[in-house]
Amino acid sequence: MISSTLFDKVWDRHVVADLGGGWALIHIDRHLLHDLSGPPALAEVAARGLAVRHPELAFATPDHAVSSLPKRSGRTNAAGAPLWQALKDRSRSAGVRFFDVGERGQGIVHVMGPELGIVLPGTTVVCGDSHTCTNGGLGALAFGIGSSESTHVLATQTLRQQKPARMRVRFDGSLAAGVTPKDLALHLLATVGASAGVGHAIEYAGATVRALDVEGRLTLCNLSIELGAKVGMVAPDDTTFEYISGRMSAPSRELFDRAVADWRTLATDADARFDREVAVDAAAIAPTITWGTSPDQGVAIDGRIPDPADAPDAATRLAWKQALDYMGLQPGRPIAGTPVDWVFIGSCANSRLTDLRDAARVARGRKIAAGVTAWVVPGSEQVKRDAEAEGLDAVFRAAGFEWRAPGCSMCVAANGERVPAGARSVSTSNRNFVGRQGPGARTHLASPAMAVAAAVAGAIADVRRLEVA
Amino acid sequence: MEPFQVVSGPAAPLMLANVDTDVIVRIERLTNEPREALTRFAFEALRFRPDGSEDPGCVLNRPPFRGAPLLLADANFGCGSSREGAVWALQAIGVRCVIAPSFGDIFFSNCFQNGVLPIRLPVEQVRVLATLAADGALFTVDLLQNVVLAADGSRWPFEVEPLRRVSLLEGLDDIGLTLKHAGAIDEWESADLAARPWNWPMKTAGL
Repeated sequence: MISSTLFDKVWDRHVVADLGGGWALIHIDRHLLHDLSGPPALAEVAARGLAVRHPELAFATPDHAVSSLPKRSGRTNAAGAPLWQALKDRSRSAGVRFFDVGERGQGIVHVMGPELGIVLPGTTVVCGDSHTCTNGGLGALAFGIGSSESTHVLATQTLRQQKPARMRVRFDGSLAAGVTPKDLALHLLATVGASAGVGHAIEYAGATVRALDVEGRLTLCNLSIELGAKVGMVAPDDTTFEYISGRMSAPSRELFDRAVADWRTLATDADARFDREVAVDAAAIAPTITWGTSPDQGVAIDGRIPDPADAPDAATRLAWKQALDYMGLQPGRPIAGTPVDWVFIGSCANSRLTDLRDAARVARGRKIAAGVTAWVVPGSEQVKRDAEAEGLDAVFRAAGFEWRAPGCSMCVAANGERVPAGARSVSTSNRNFVGRQGPGARTHLASPAMAVAAAVAGAIADVRRLEVA
Repeated sequence: MEPFQVVSGPAAPLMLANVDTDVIVRIERLTNEPREALTRFAFEALRFRPDGSEDPGCVLNRPPFRGAPLLLADANFGCGSSREGAVWALQAIGVRCVIAPSFGDIFFSNCFQNGVLPIRLPVEQVRVLATLAADGALFTVDLLQNVVLAADGSRWPFEVEPLRRVSLLEGLDDIGLTLKHAGAIDEWESADLAARPWNWPMKTAGL
């Protein structure tokens, strides 16, 4: 038998028709719909006089444009209310399961999918959202699509896709204290750059990845698109199966055992070949934070802000200079100590229960600095309830954080929740693009623990020092 | 979909790397504004100053490039968010073709869904084209011949996936093409239900 990668095994079993030239019509097993991309795609299917082929394979919830204010209503963010309502109405008329605000299941689509057992190993998963790659942490082949492709999936349950090249990133070594899956991703980005994964599906492998819990793997896969890769995957293993067991949509009893037997066959064969291989010594990674306006512009927390004079070429020099101007930073200075105005803990990168536990561990018994506004936005209604049951909300509130309601919130500022122009934010999200958190907002990406350290210090700070103190 | 065959005009040299789709159009403009209004909101962080006035230093505001149908960019153009509105915003300012060394994968696909042609050329070639374009010289992008023609007579061949090329040339709709495979989809689904029933347990009422 020809040896094969995890990606190839999942891809090959989903080929409905070979279209030639590396193209295939592939079946899509799960379709996640949110309030921005869902309504136009559902409307377009109806406008064409077509039916949704498999409404039971689509799952909808509002996340992008809903307010994160506790006790929110449609009026809290009036601009988002028609989108929320349209998703609800169109989902119901198409027969698509809709998880409404206040209901278990509502939340960021990529938090909801795994936690309800909707996303399973070996499935193909799409959503009109680039961070669909998050779901690859369970061994699914998951990728973001545009609204035209979303319409195509609703109407046909398939997509026309070109098979990407395969890339493997191996992390080996134990993580040092204060280092999290987010730091693995930010370090990798700083090492290989924001276009290293273009045209590739990435598999994350190695002892470090095997030792991560599922939520950590979801975080790692989340930032695949920041490397340019639509797809990021981790081979399913006992950690995965244990996570899935008992979840709402997961198979149970005898069917679960049959599924596990199948899922065990998905792992990449020992002698399978990749088009590109990257090896990273995870033990040498420090907590990492971005300084610029691209997710690959990151440094170790004990590092310095780079100087455009040291850039390898003219184009990079210009990019660094523009980024430093926008961010209001001086080259050559230590990144630690940079004053911070806002802290945002949330997003599909870092809003799950383990993220909130990590953050609460650092926040416990401390107070955020004067002048800092700090928010915690749990990723889903389920995460919110679980965190409250553990008393994490009380820890955050006592430290001066606002405990908010689930959604994308200030990661993308589509719901009107913005970092003010010129203000500096440490955010656990995945994009530090110009204007991403609001026009003129200056975003530094970091882990939840590092975000709390910044909130407490009132400046970018090394969480390792805080934990020792 | 509007077919793409031959398009001529100036090429705006926006020679920045990693131009993300948030910069091409902010998400709030897609939720709060009608599609026709995107003319004002494409690249707003680059084209307008914080006070709302036009930045004359931005290449997209200079006369030869205002409304230019061609755009030249550096690597990884259209990275980031999957928002298809990024392509609509480009169309709103008249762009029909983007030439860059590489593109964000999702943006690249979204272009073909909307009759916009993304062309990959080596970075050295894009930089030469940017130099040729600097004074507003006219180019012709010919998808029938797979070549970019510059005003100085130089020819720049490019490649496009054959399936995508045909769809663009004829303005074909993917859904229509795929529905011809309805029988194969039925067969695949029946076989998958038998082989992997755990992938099919979900009925709306059952959750």
